[in-house]
Amino acid sequence: MKALVVAELLRGEVQEVTWELIAAARSLGCSVIVALIGKGTTSLVDRINVAGVDELFIVSVESAEFESDVHRQAMQAVYAEVKPQVILMGFTINSIGYGPALAAQLGLGFASDVFAIRRDGDGIIANRAFYGGKVVGELEFPNVSGVLLLLRRGIWEPVKEAGSAVTRQLVVNCESGRTRHLEFQEATAEDQVDISSAEFLLCVGRGIGKKENLGRFEQLAEKMGATLAVSRPLVDAGWVTRARQVGQSGKTVRPKVYLSFGVSGAVQHVAGMKSSGVIIAINSDPEASIFNVARYGAVVDLFEVADELEKCF
Amino acid sequence: MKILVCIKQSHSLGDDAEFNEDNTDVSPDYLEGALNEWDSFATEEAVQIRERQDETAEIVILSVGNETADRALRRCLAMGGDRAIRIEGLENNDPISVGHALSEVARAEHPDLVFCGAQSSDSVQAATGAVIAGFLEWPVIAVVTKLDYEPKMKKAIAKRELEGGLIDLVEVDTPAVFTIQSGINSPRYATLRAIKQAERKDISVVEASRFSDVGYRVRRMFVPPKANGAELLGANVREVARKISAIVKEALK
Repeated sequence: MKALVVAELLRGEVQEVTWELIAAARSLGCSVIVALIGKGTTSLVDRINVAGVDELFIVSVESAEFESDVHRQAMQAVYAEVKPQVILMGFTINSIGYGPALAAQLGLGFASDVFAIRRDGDGIIANRAFYGGKVVGELEFPNVSGVLLLLRRGIWEPVKEAGSAVTRQLVVNCESGRTRHLEFQEATAEDQVDISSAEFLLCVGRGIGKKENLGRFEQLAEKMGATLAVSRPLVDAGWVTRARQVGQSGKTVRPKVYLSFGVSGAVQHVAGMKSSGVIIAINSDPEASIFNVARYGAVVDLFEVADELEKCF
Repeated sequence: MKILVCIKQSHSLGDDAEFNEDNTDVSPDYLEGALNEWDSFATEEAVQIRERQDETAEIVILSVGNETADRALRRCLAMGGDRAIRIEGLENNDPISVGHALSEVARAEHPDLVFCGAQSSDSVQAATGAVIAGFLEWPVIAVVTKLDYEPKMKKAIAKRELEGGLIDLVEVDTPAVFTIQSGINSPRYATLRAIKQAERKDISVVEASRFSDVGYRVRRMFVPPKANGAELLGANVREVARKISAIVKEALK
């Protein structure tokens, strides 16, 4: 069995998920091949040549940054060359922008946001969550020559010790891509707050109900000496600027204390805060998935407990 | 101009879960269906493009499912969809199977743009749009937070939001598939009149085309053990506040 890991690059940097994917591939006990797709990536080879990688394909394409069409074409060429039984990519914004299309085109089995994989004879078994994370599904991939899986970040321990992979070159002449990267733009930061450096975050979610209630928690945060953060729906609704958003499309935070009010704990939110020191979650829904990652929890009325907490500081 | 919007009746699970006989899915009695949140943004984006650029544009709403999906379809019709198509009889609901069924209808409809929600709230595969693009061999732009379509040039410029909020500005040739991120617009509430009108709009039902490949098959589903769940601080709010205060002060010491 061969596992092909697709290294993830952004602005010339190898992304952390790459080493996690290599760890996941290694855990299958098969040969591990890494594809490094990009332009002028030779200087990155040493960083990806880590323990357990058997072969490293430097796949040269014309575009320096991610382009969905170019990656689809490049991966088709790599697939034809390597014929892996397993392709592992990150469950990242760029990989979801072409991985599922590639699986469809190549006739592969497919699942995304996978958080556990194992071998089952010649096949693969993968686990992923369903129904908002309340249920786990164990998946099999019948009648396919291979599977393409997008793996959740932060599950596998990254492998970084130096390795001794054989390096090979593959030049892919893409037809003119129909998707073209123009430029990167930094997120507008009208709010100068840096939630990723705060020691104590008070994070509010959709559970606070309406915009008028936000002030209540701003006041509490100030009283407690915490920095106010929010989950995505509050930013989408335009209540708070993006600078305060925790999660996959917001900031990754590691405060000493993370105290949440009415945050349900969607996968993308948890990805951005699960490494916090002490996580305390308050939610009126006892089934909220935030309680799976919190060390302490309370199923009580958010506003009543906020009133009581204010008296303690 | 024709815009095809693929939507889903998303299912949420309450406090209890019972599984079907072979343990491969939650039994339907325990599931509550509603229009997937991201799909309301996708529908709104289509309606806004029509309002801004071409009032003759046709918006077709497409979904896979049984008649219970009609409620979600009607909601999108009330938001401004012109007609709807529902694909029935699909055995598997993995993204490859669903995306294939949707792509077959898309092929027959010849839309200029295909919109999907960036993800669904229940399964979070974030894959259906790209799978459709794969089967159609069309370009796809995922997780779009802003879209400018230039029909005469047959291209669009989109902003995508990467991890950490970095914006990737891209150009794409159309026809193309776009997966729409929440927050791109403010989905409208349908007026009573629009809801009444939507009742009269057509939902045509088609059988899923035969397709033997599946993305995966669920072997079994189970409720994950909650061994490392949170330590509960009780139900008395004063007590809870006192304990939180002590934990916070200790941790910040």
